[in-house]
Amino acid sequence: MLKVTISDLNLYYEEFHALKNISLDIEDKEVTALIGPSGCGKSTFLRTINRMNDLIDDVKIEGLVMLEDQDIYNKDVDVAALRRRVGMVFQKPNPFLKSIYENVAYGPRRYGIKAKNQLDEIVERSLKKAAIWEEVEDRLNKPALSLSGGQQQRLCIARALAMEPEVLLMDEPTASLDPIATGRIEELISQLKKDYAIIIVTHSMQQAARISDKTAFFLMGEIVETGKTKEVFTTPKDKRTEDYITGRFG
Amino acid sequence: MGKKFKEKFAFTILALITMCVIIPALFIFSYIIYNGIGTISLEFIFGSPTKGMTEGGIFPAIIGTMSLIVGTIVFALPLGVGTAIYLVEYAKKNVLTKLISLAILNLAGVPSVVYGLFGLGLFVLLLGFGSSILSGSLTLSCLILPIIIKSSEAAIKSVPNIYREASLALGATKWQTIYKIVLPAAMPGIITGAILGIGRAAGETAAILLTVAAFFLPRLPDSIMDQAMVLSYHLYIISSQVPGMPDAIKNGTALVLLGVVGIFFFAATVIRIKYKLANRA
Ligand SMILES: Nc1ncnc2c1ncn2[C@@H]1O[C@H](COP(=O)(O)OP(=O)(O)OP(=O)(O)O)[C@@H](O)[C@H]1O
Ligand SMILES: [Mg+2]
Repeated sequence: MLKVTISDLNLYYEEFHALKNISLDIEDKEVTALIGPSGCGKSTFLRTINRMNDLIDDVKIEGLVMLEDQDIYNKDVDVAALRRRVGMVFQKPNPFLKSIYENVAYGPRRYGIKAKNQLDEIVERSLKKAAIWEEVEDRLNKPALSLSGGQQQRLCIARALAMEPEVLLMDEPTASLDPIATGRIEELISQLKKDYAIIIVTHSMQQAARISDKTAFFLMGEIVETGKTKEVFTTPKDKRTEDYITGRFG
Repeated sequence: MGKKFKEKFAFTILALITMCVIIPALFIFSYIIYNGIGTISLEFIFGSPTKGMTEGGIFPAIIGTMSLIVGTIVFALPLGVGTAIYLVEYAKKNVLTKLISLAILNLAGVPSVVYGLFGLGLFVLLLGFGSSILSGSLTLSCLILPIIIKSSEAAIKSVPNIYREASLALGATKWQTIYKIVLPAAMPGIITGAILGIGRAAGETAAILLTVAAFFLPRLPDSIMDQAMVLSYHLYIISSQVPGMPDAIKNGTALVLLGVVGIFFFAATVIRIKYKLANRA
């Protein structure tokens, strides 16, 4: 099933044309990897899907982004409600300066869940889904910053999952982590894709190859090639894709 | 010259400069405490001035100063923090905003007697609050607003954007993000600004002279619409306007003023530490 459909998307930072005619289909219950050299527009593209680019002054966006049958740039769209359906995990773990518990409960609290037992249940379920429950269950009221980097990132994933989103956007979620923490997060992503549509930006070809079903290769604001990960990596159609994934790219 | 030597040299110079600042302050403190402590008694603190202020206590002035500090914070803190929030989080980063920012900075440099005249014109006369604690608090609020705004602005700006993004990405509204994430994180810095403001307001004489301060009023003010004696102004009078004033009373009054400011600093610091700890939790 198609979850997100992007067609003819163009984005300008003032005069700078950062995304050029992007069209991409995101399947539900699959991992889509976005790869490409630094500055090619991967993060910019990711942030159009939960409208985080709205925060930046002087951004102009053209084209269509559909979440199922909803045009998310329609002026009637409630952006906060949209962001509950489309969760995001950032490159650098960014837990709030609050306890582990309050980090996970933050989202649900904001849309009005107050009952303690309901929150307890959401916190536990989300932490379990993010595969960090065992490590934190007896220190839920400790500061989130007392966790290691890898634990913090899984906490951030739990925090996003607490909203029960349908789509999960991950912008280089393992970029600041060691190989072991990275392995755990990759495992987690493979678990999570049973329930979510996941879009992940990564600079690691191995990671894209290991965990993604589809891959889109970005270059200078354009999608050069997209398709099944296996095919993109074994039989790339475009010379530039081949150069990039074999590391021959400048 | 070796790198090591240069570093040592710079360090020594900086240490010397720091000393130059700290030692006079310490000296003033010890001087006031040493000379004033003998005057402090229950009667001095809780009594009213008698015999042309040369005897008795200074309780009315203590209450006057405390009411003014509380009143000033009540007006200046919400207004100042609100302005800072607007400037950082909502205002477009254009020339107009920059001009406003610059104007606020310049307001901090306006002599306090000008604020006094402004308060006299606006609060005392035009709005008809008369010479009162209300007028004085409002005038002092105007005086310390630039300090509060600037320090709150700096504190709010220093909250990393990643926290705002994380909150918004979870479907929180902009106001929820400011209220639940940005303000708590900025609170220690905001309170530091409030502490500076309190110190400034408590020591002020020119701005309250025309708006609230009574020369001699040996009873407690009965409402915020009443005039009041104020420690700073009282200290000024007894040191320069009343002949034959015993030194002990001057020094005692100075020490009490320090003490009153100290109490507010202490309270603010406790709140500040509470927020600091909460931010770690
Ligand atoms: N807020 C902004 N204002 C103006 N230009 C921007 C802004 N954010 C990004 N850009 C520009 O848009 C282009 C794409 O940036 P983007 O962050 O999307 O790249 P990226 O593919 O995520 O790179 P990286 O792999 O380094 O994270 C870059 O040229 C960048 O300079
Ligand atoms: Mg990026």
